[in-house]
Amino acid sequence: MADLSVTCGGIRSPNPFWLASAPPTNSGLQIQRAFEAGWGGAVWKTLGPPIQKVSSRFGGHTIRGVQGAGFNNIELITDRPLETNFREIAETKRLFPHNAVIVSLMVESRDEWRDIIRRSIDAGADGLELNFGCPHGMCERGMGSAVGQEPRINEQITSWAVEFSTVPVLVKLTPNVSNILPHGMAAKRGGAHGVSLINTIKSIIGVDIDRFVPEPRVGSLSTNGGYCGAAVKPIALHMVASLAREQAFGLPISGIGGITNWRDAVEFILLGSSSVQVCTEVMLRGYRIVEDMIEGLESYMNSHGFNTVGEMVGKAIPGFSEWGDLDLNYETVAKIDADKCIGCQVCVAACHDGAHQCIHPTTNGVRVPVVDESECVGCNLCQIVCPVPGCITMEPVANGFAPATWNQAVEEGKPLRPKKGSH
Amino acid sequence: MPDAPPEDRSEEVFRDYKLPLARAQAMVEANRCLFCSDAPCINACPTRIDIPQFIRKIATENLRGSARTIFEANILGMSCARVCPVEVLCVGACVYNHMDAPPIAIGQLQRFATDHAFEQGWRFFEAGPDSGRSVGLIGGGPASLAAAHELRRLGHRCTIYEKRARPGGLNVTGVAPYKMKADRAAEEVNWILGIGGIDVQTDCEVGAALTPTDLESRHDALFVGVGLGADSTLDLPGESLPGVHGAVEWIERMKTGRVPVSNIQRCVVIGGGNTAVDAVREGLGLGIPSVTMIYRGAEAAMSGYAHEWKAAKINGACAQWHAIPIAFEGNARLERVICRRVDADKRPIPGSDFALDADLALVAIGQSRLASLFAALPGLRIEKGRFITDASGFTGRPKWFAGGDCANGGKEVVNAAAEGKAAARAIHASFGLTLPSGSGGLHG
Repeated sequence: MADLSVTCGGIRSPNPFWLASAPPTNSGLQIQRAFEAGWGGAVWKTLGPPIQKVSSRFGGHTIRGVQGAGFNNIELITDRPLETNFREIAETKRLFPHNAVIVSLMVESRDEWRDIIRRSIDAGADGLELNFGCPHGMCERGMGSAVGQEPRINEQITSWAVEFSTVPVLVKLTPNVSNILPHGMAAKRGGAHGVSLINTIKSIIGVDIDRFVPEPRVGSLSTNGGYCGAAVKPIALHMVASLAREQAFGLPISGIGGITNWRDAVEFILLGSSSVQVCTEVMLRGYRIVEDMIEGLESYMNSHGFNTVGEMVGKAIPGFSEWGDLDLNYETVAKIDADKCIGCQVCVAACHDGAHQCIHPTTNGVRVPVVDESECVGCNLCQIVCPVPGCITMEPVANGFAPATWNQAVEEGKPLRPKKGSH
Repeated sequence: MPDAPPEDRSEEVFRDYKLPLARAQAMVEANRCLFCSDAPCINACPTRIDIPQFIRKIATENLRGSARTIFEANILGMSCARVCPVEVLCVGACVYNHMDAPPIAIGQLQRFATDHAFEQGWRFFEAGPDSGRSVGLIGGGPASLAAAHELRRLGHRCTIYEKRARPGGLNVTGVAPYKMKADRAAEEVNWILGIGGIDVQTDCEVGAALTPTDLESRHDALFVGVGLGADSTLDLPGESLPGVHGAVEWIERMKTGRVPVSNIQRCVVIGGGNTAVDAVREGLGLGIPSVTMIYRGAEAAMSGYAHEWKAAKINGACAQWHAIPIAFEGNARLERVICRRVDADKRPIPGSDFALDADLALVAIGQSRLASLFAALPGLRIEKGRFITDASGFTGRPKWFAGGDCANGGKEVVNAAAEGKAAARAIHASFGLTLPSGSGGLHG
């Protein structure tokens, strides 16, 4: 049987599913219900000097009827008294000693960091997460992403936290940077035991086109918020993988960003995450989604022969390469399974208008389109738009050319196959 | 504007058998549409409504644009949404049928958009600049209404000659009330006439007082959309007994007034077409305890739509297959129908007679054809009482066009709408005029 327990940066939990620091981890009672539902860990809603929040706070992005495909917030850190939070942390640890309670923190001065870390650990925290990511509200006060975007400050504050802490310290990174590596490396130099990423992305979720105000609206004004939810997963995967494949980095990663189910979690783990954190999908559907996440992961591990989550971590990293190392002579063409095709010809429109004009409607009364393989560049668009699973496949073509990358073509003069669709 | 039908009508007891979609349902359904390229549903629609486009506009809450797309192709889009046999047209052609997924509820989405347009009082079209020409339209049903509306867009003055007290044709007098009731059809007529410039002459029948030749002298072109005539009769003994009715005539009375049903225990419907199936469902819906169809062929051979007959059976319909009526019997009024079995070749089987008790018999074996009213005019091509036209509705005699049931032999409202519009464009072309740019092709 698969063992789902994990250790991430020294923090142990019965499974890799943690709640991210956010509204679902705002209070002890919430987190206790989440642990009851099966969550392995929870990162407590960021503690700091309690602040005043706005209404409204959230915005949703609806795409073709799917509500909350993207999501943003103009929430801030906790608005509850620190004493209440610490009392509830202790209570939660007493009731759920085997679940991981990580406390997210955001304060300014060295003394404040020392004080809040001591109190968190006294309350029973299994680990700390330094919130260097919040892209609104706190950064204007010199915290959150204002720290995460400055490697020097990141390193300094991390080193304070590590100095004061007797439990593992994770640094939560902001995606609002052009290259994540220097920021991960800064956390490493500061002595962090691991990183968690991504925090939310600076965003405007939408505009009220009747009132001429962006959303979410606070009276007559709005402001930029943090983008999250399913739509940000590709950005998060890239940043996680960028750190995971960097030899010089090597710290454990807690992956965050658009994880809605066990499949997403597996992807994050395969790209180097040793735990995953979820917020938005819980906000949209509630804690009980974890039942399927646990079952799905377990079943995946059993079917793929993984005994521990650790065996999976980074398994897809060797497959993540640079463009210049891709085989330019690898060639595929689209094949349409006539038995499965329903004749919608959505692929025809996509190929004609959005690709290389090589899928054509048939004129003999049958609606199964024809792929002109001499023109098909193997771009995948048809497969992506096809509504029938398995109907369009991308089949490799034996073109007689030995593998050759761009780098090899430039440096060694390796022959490249003739271009297709470039006339 | 023509009067609304009276409020006290037998059809009022019926409820819609396909319920209107709530906004949330419409959004979910609209978002399921794949937006097919060269969509099969469009090709299955006689009026070529751009179905994926109007559905996408529902999904983006561009309801005005959605309704415009529908009405641009078919000005009777509101009634067609309710009365079209979508199962064998657009919905039957939906590609989802090929992947074991429910097809898109195109009719219900079209109803959602067009009902909304009616509720909002939206209008989409204006009359074109006056061409100085006038067109007479004989019959005020869907074919003539579609033709007149298109002719007005092109600037031609129109006069509709309608023999009944109000226009609308079978949409008012014949549509099964669980699909659409007469008052809604009458609303649509007024909405279409709202384009202005269509003079409707009611209680005005072509005959001795108003001959085709008179009309020809009044107008620059004529469109015949007279539909079909009275119910055909069986010419059997006892057919004149009270309680024996032509189905079309009985349905018209049910839709525009009252038919007595409270004392009816057993109804027999003779025929196997769509009028017969409608009559069966309507009899059951009005509360008649027993309704039996008598059809001379096998169940699979009936020309009524299978999905309609299935619904009739669910409602409790009975049938006698391979049987024909040979006499209606009763003292002063109908009491029983004497029937005889027929073999696979429809030949009566001697000694097979049986009686069905009945206090109502509805004869639904077809309707007379009316083109012969025009037979005196040389050049018109008429066969078996039906106009023979080319694809544009031209009859063979200059100035004369025809469409709808009197030309196609009896099809759907949507066919009449398509043929009326096509004829209007052909009439416009016959004046030596070209279509304004942006008005699309024949079906645009």
